[in-house]
Amino acid sequence: MNRINKHRNILDFTLSSLLRRKRKNTALVLVYILVVFGLASVLFSTQALKREACSILQRSPEVVIQRLVAGRHELIPTSYIDKIKDVRGVQTVKRRLWGYYYDPTVGANYTLMVPDDPAVAEGTIVIGKGVARTLRAEKGDLLPFKANDGFFVSLEVGDIISSDSELVSSDLVLMNEGDFRQITGVPAGYFTDMVLSVRNVKELPTIAEKIRRLAPDTRPIVKDDILRTYETIFDWRGGILLVILAGAIMAFIIFAWDKASGLSSEERKEIGILKGIGWETSDVILMKFWEGTVISLSSFLLGCVFAYIHIFYASSALFEPVLKGWAVLYPKFRLIPYIDPLQLATLFFLTVIPYTVATIIPSWRAATVDPDSVMRL
Amino acid sequence: MIQVMDVRKVFNAGRPNEFVAMNKVSLSIPRHEVTVLKGPSGSGKTTLLGILGCMARPTSGRIMLAEREITSLPERFLTEIRRTTFGFVFQQFNLIKGITVIENVILPAYPTGENPAILKKRAMELLSLFNLSGKADSKIEWLSGGEAQRTSIARALMNDPEVIIADEPTANLDSRLSKEFMEIVSGLKEQEKTIIIASHDPIVYDSPIVDRVVEMRDGKIISGI
Repeated sequence: MNRINKHRNILDFTLSSLLRRKRKNTALVLVYILVVFGLASVLFSTQALKREACSILQRSPEVVIQRLVAGRHELIPTSYIDKIKDVRGVQTVKRRLWGYYYDPTVGANYTLMVPDDPAVAEGTIVIGKGVARTLRAEKGDLLPFKANDGFFVSLEVGDIISSDSELVSSDLVLMNEGDFRQITGVPAGYFTDMVLSVRNVKELPTIAEKIRRLAPDTRPIVKDDILRTYETIFDWRGGILLVILAGAIMAFIIFAWDKASGLSSEERKEIGILKGIGWETSDVILMKFWEGTVISLSSFLLGCVFAYIHIFYASSALFEPVLKGWAVLYPKFRLIPYIDPLQLATLFFLTVIPYTVATIIPSWRAATVDPDSVMRL
Repeated sequence: MIQVMDVRKVFNAGRPNEFVAMNKVSLSIPRHEVTVLKGPSGSGKTTLLGILGCMARPTSGRIMLAEREITSLPERFLTEIRRTTFGFVFQQFNLIKGITVIENVILPAYPTGENPAILKKRAMELLSLFNLSGKADSKIEWLSGGEAQRTSIARALMNDPEVIIADEPTANLDSRLSKEFMEIVSGLKEQEKTIIIASHDPIVYDSPIVDRVVEMRDGKIISGI
């Protein structure tokens, strides 16, 4: 009980002590919160985006077959289906038609796709929320597309895709095969790529190897590769933000180090008084420990809470362009709240621990002076 | 009783700025009496007070506190003795600014781990003893010189010490407040506290309540042993 009371008493004194330097400590806490907020926002959003993208991609095909010419993705002829469908282990083979369309009027790139099931009726399109927002298009509107031959094709908006998966559907324009070929110029008998489903996922590497031997100009991309690529992309984007934040972090470290490690003459005098009236060196260190902990822990918690609100309730308003892509069509969606405890722990160890240590060391040095120095103050 | 035997205190020993603050000092301080260490600045009064109050160790010699040798005790034990046996009143009062009067009074008792409510009650009793109840929640910087002095005495009494050590307690007070201080000392003497004061103020060393005046000069006792 005595031990608890001792901590309670010293914590009480620490809090009154902190309130004495309101301005200095408030400035420190604000900067601290800002840094934790920045770092936590990057971590939260990168992690949540990765999860979001990966959960959507879980439903993507197990293998995508692309044809390569001169190391670049090339259209694949229908005849390749016959070659591949007979490979042992392959369940189904589907041809896909997709591509990109640049709309110079709004400066945006759309992803055009031809779905099989359900197919889109000729002359109509189904568009993603981002496209609808950018073009202010509604159901029933006619949208013009410049075709490969230079003529314009007008297609009617039949539907707008729900926002459940806006991260990947924001820039989508789904259309009929005929309309797609007319706009993009993909000749009949050719497709963008093929997707396979297999009977046993464990056999994927073997199946991919067989396909590579049968059609040496193709590249089988398995789902894990796609997931890895997405993870890398989001890590890379998170990395860019961290580099941008590095300057702010460095400034904070210098500021915090200066504040924490340099005791003012007034603080030294106070430590002398405390020792003089019967505080042990360990009591002074305990007080400074609480001081560092109160500042760093409260800043850490507030920074994390603000970052959580920023990412999961305010749609990462500050980082949107970097993390979601530089496209005009920013997807508008709310990430599913998710926090990785390990990342949070890392952030804690990078922000709270160094500050607390930086506060204790100089106080320990000051607290080891002879208590009689207080008689000469 | 506190006994000082052949105590020598050297600052910066072995360096060019070596300074002998006390040399071969022997002294007995009886219990329940008021002892004044008198002498000019630099005579070694404050150094002797520091050694008597377990704030500093002598370079050589021995200190006995109630038959117990305390010279070679580790710092932790000295702090414990300092906290429980001695109460200090400093020349500059050395109160901590920015916090309240009552918090300043409780300060020496914080590390004891006593219940905060009990500490507060005891501090209020002390403040009321010195007519400071109304100032309990005031900030230290709002106090007059006399009030600050009384607050520092209340703080010195917080752990109910047996010995009160005061270093030039009247140096920053006018004559009226100095006399008021001596009245408080008289009250403490009646409570059977042992009081050791370092001072070169005649109001202090000529006071009738003082039992013994020890005169010091150049780090040595020249009279009153």
